[in-house]
Amino acid sequence: MKHETINRISFRQRLSSYRNNPLSFLLLLLVWCAMAATVFILLFIVFYILVNGVPHLTPGLFSPVYTTDNVSALPAIITTLLMVGLSLAIAVPFGIGCAIFLVEYAKKTNRFIRYVRLTTETLAGIPSIIYGLFGMLFFVIALKWNLSLLAGGFTLAIMVLPTIMRSTEEALKATPDAYREGSFGLGAGRLRTVFRIVLPSAMPGISAGIILSVGRIVGETAALIYTAGTVAKVPENIFASGRTLSIHMYLLAGEGIYTDQAYATAVILLGFVLVINFISSFITRKITKGQD
Amino acid sequence: MEAVFFITACASILAVLLICFFIFVNGLPAIAKIGVFNFLGGTKWAPLNTVPSFGILPMIVGSLFVTAGAIVIGVPIGLLTAIFMAQFCPKKMYHPLKTIIDLLAGIPSIVYGFFGIAVLVPFVRDTFGGNGNSILTASLLLGIMILPTIIGISEAALRAVPSSYYEGALALGATHERAVFFTVFPAAGSGVLASVVLGIGRAVGETMAVIMVAGNQARMPVGILKGVRTLTANIILEMGYAADLHREALIACGAVLFVFVLLLNFCFSAITEYRRRRE
Amino acid sequence: MYKFQIENLNLFYGSFQALFDVDLNIEDRCITAFIGPSGCGKSTLLKTLNRMNDLVEGCRITGKVLLDGEDIYYNTDVNLLRKKVGMVFQKPNPFPMSVYDNVAYGPRTHGIRSKAQLDEIVEDSLRRAAIWDELKDRLRRNALGLSGGQQQRLCIARALAVNPDVLLMDEPTSALDPISTTKIEDLVQELKQDYTIIIVTHNMQQATRISDNTAFFLLGKVIEYGPTENLFSMPRDKRTEDYITGRFG
Repeated sequence: MKHETINRISFRQRLSSYRNNPLSFLLLLLVWCAMAATVFILLFIVFYILVNGVPHLTPGLFSPVYTTDNVSALPAIITTLLMVGLSLAIAVPFGIGCAIFLVEYAKKTNRFIRYVRLTTETLAGIPSIIYGLFGMLFFVIALKWNLSLLAGGFTLAIMVLPTIMRSTEEALKATPDAYREGSFGLGAGRLRTVFRIVLPSAMPGISAGIILSVGRIVGETAALIYTAGTVAKVPENIFASGRTLSIHMYLLAGEGIYTDQAYATAVILLGFVLVINFISSFITRKITKGQD
Repeated sequence: MEAVFFITACASILAVLLICFFIFVNGLPAIAKIGVFNFLGGTKWAPLNTVPSFGILPMIVGSLFVTAGAIVIGVPIGLLTAIFMAQFCPKKMYHPLKTIIDLLAGIPSIVYGFFGIAVLVPFVRDTFGGNGNSILTASLLLGIMILPTIIGISEAALRAVPSSYYEGALALGATHERAVFFTVFPAAGSGVLASVVLGIGRAVGETMAVIMVAGNQARMPVGILKGVRTLTANIILEMGYAADLHREALIACGAVLFVFVLLLNFCFSAITEYRRRRE
Repeated sequence: MYKFQIENLNLFYGSFQALFDVDLNIEDRCITAFIGPSGCGKSTLLKTLNRMNDLVEGCRITGKVLLDGEDIYYNTDVNLLRKKVGMVFQKPNPFPMSVYDNVAYGPRTHGIRSKAQLDEIVEDSLRRAAIWDELKDRLRRNALGLSGGQQQRLCIARALAVNPDVLLMDEPTSALDPISTTKIEDLVQELKQDYTIIIVTHNMQQATRISDNTAFFLLGKVIEYGPTENLFSMPRDKRTEDYITGRFG
């Protein structure tokens, strides 16, 4: 056989190599086991919740008004969407504006930049319970907003600010300088260049950050209990209290008699997460494709 | 227009200043009233007694125990999975696995907590004894929850190691496994450390999942199969009805947690700074 | 008896053919130089000799490579092959650990644990690589702190520590200054007593200075192969002549 490929490593070769190196074989087993454990844990959680929750997704769970009989999740779902909208309405302009300032306007050696970066990193590391405490002390008590959508929204907006800022900053940095030079070369000003050229091309990266933030807002509990409160109906205005889906689930799980409904609520939450992850991986794939 | 962008850039600085101000201004007076030693070193937390005592040492120790447990469980699995993802993963498996790990990161803590109640508590009760609400259960749950953090950052650190190290090891006759574990992995050391620090931060700050499985007894830990209360749990459980000094003490509890997290953040940025310098 | 016998070797990267029908016999305890313009396949051939090409995805090899009469692609333990056929890379690549640990890495990999034995191997390898006197007081220092030339000689010591028969060198001096280059060239001359050395080089003067045999590559083919003196003084092939007189490449 003249044209036989000779550099394929056969199974036998591999086996004999591991026989000479038992430690390597052990390490190989270990990493595969760890991977299997990670996958198993996730699948177990997801399927456990689905199996126990899906049968309890009854129409009553989606009735427009919450009662202690139907423990409807619909008001909580609507509140969650309102909360997402409100938090993003506050955080997105600030996050994007800050990133634009850092990338497009500020000089690289600026000391101010270092402070912005340091504080953003700090914000990213603060646990949600601390945000909850702060929101309670500042928005609820000091500003007298009481337990309200607004107080919760502002608290969460600060919490997701670093996520939006960082992803926008990365996306802006990834925009080739040639775009900017081309625009400047045509006589466009800096502002026009930013809004017409740089931001549109950074859009996928920015939306990835926003999607991540949506995930955090939907899943948040500790930062909301003492800022947005736990009222189980759709808030009439932004100064009214309302419970998001996660808080709803926390309260159901704590009651002990609503376990089935808690499972069903968990399914809805997981559904949110799945959709969010799907969108974000879709966007990421779009970004990586653009780079090729 | 530059001024507008400048103002938005001040937002994060302002936020951090406000958070520090409100947490410390509301928390520190309570520590002064109770006494630093009585507060941090006191082993009895009984805010509603006629002679109340506000010692948070049980909660501090509780947080440390639970976090340490999470590290013991989560770090080995997380690091090995990161090694798998970076160096062992067949190409076709990578995307599905990455999706799974991202999903693990996206699950809300409340869902983790509920899973903990429904599955881990009975599992620990039946396998190891006790009533199931324990340090061990909380550690298991937190160990799972910090996996995505550790996997994500360690994988990136492993991928950043120059391939010349790997090739050099192979050229000396090392197997793939030896080259990865004894050359590439040590070279990624500081990044791996950073992932562990971030994992600690996540475990220490976690609230909702922990209160659902840890038992929440405000006493010094007596065994890994016994219940414990963390700093975070203490705040969220009692803030609803606390008043006066009790309330202030809870905020002070938050301040202690905040300082701890700030220290961790500082470690993390020191490590990343060290990495940047070395390159 | 030849050290390496390469018969009818073809190598493909995907659909691109990088080597065409290579037949080459490498003599034992000699320095063989591979020369040719970049992209001619000389490094690729070098890497087939310790099977480092196995790492390249989509790489396919046909033909035969014999080492001491044994087929290195048929039922061989790759790790043992690489122990026997050491390699020094173009860019010095010491591991980010101490000088001592760098040299001891190979022996430890192959199961030597005793401290005394390791000490002996480390000293011996560093001596053979003519760098013992420079490094004996800094064995515990991180190897990344050494100069480029020292790093490369450390890498040679590291390769020698597993006691190979053959040393493959892939343009080992291209990243170094002239003084370090001279040191490495002298060292290679020394090592030829005990090892078969194959060196890929860009530098024709280097080939004439140190090698016994030279193979000239062009576009994946071996154009001419023979004793270095002959090849450079009276090349048989027009293309070799063009290359060594600097008319292309």
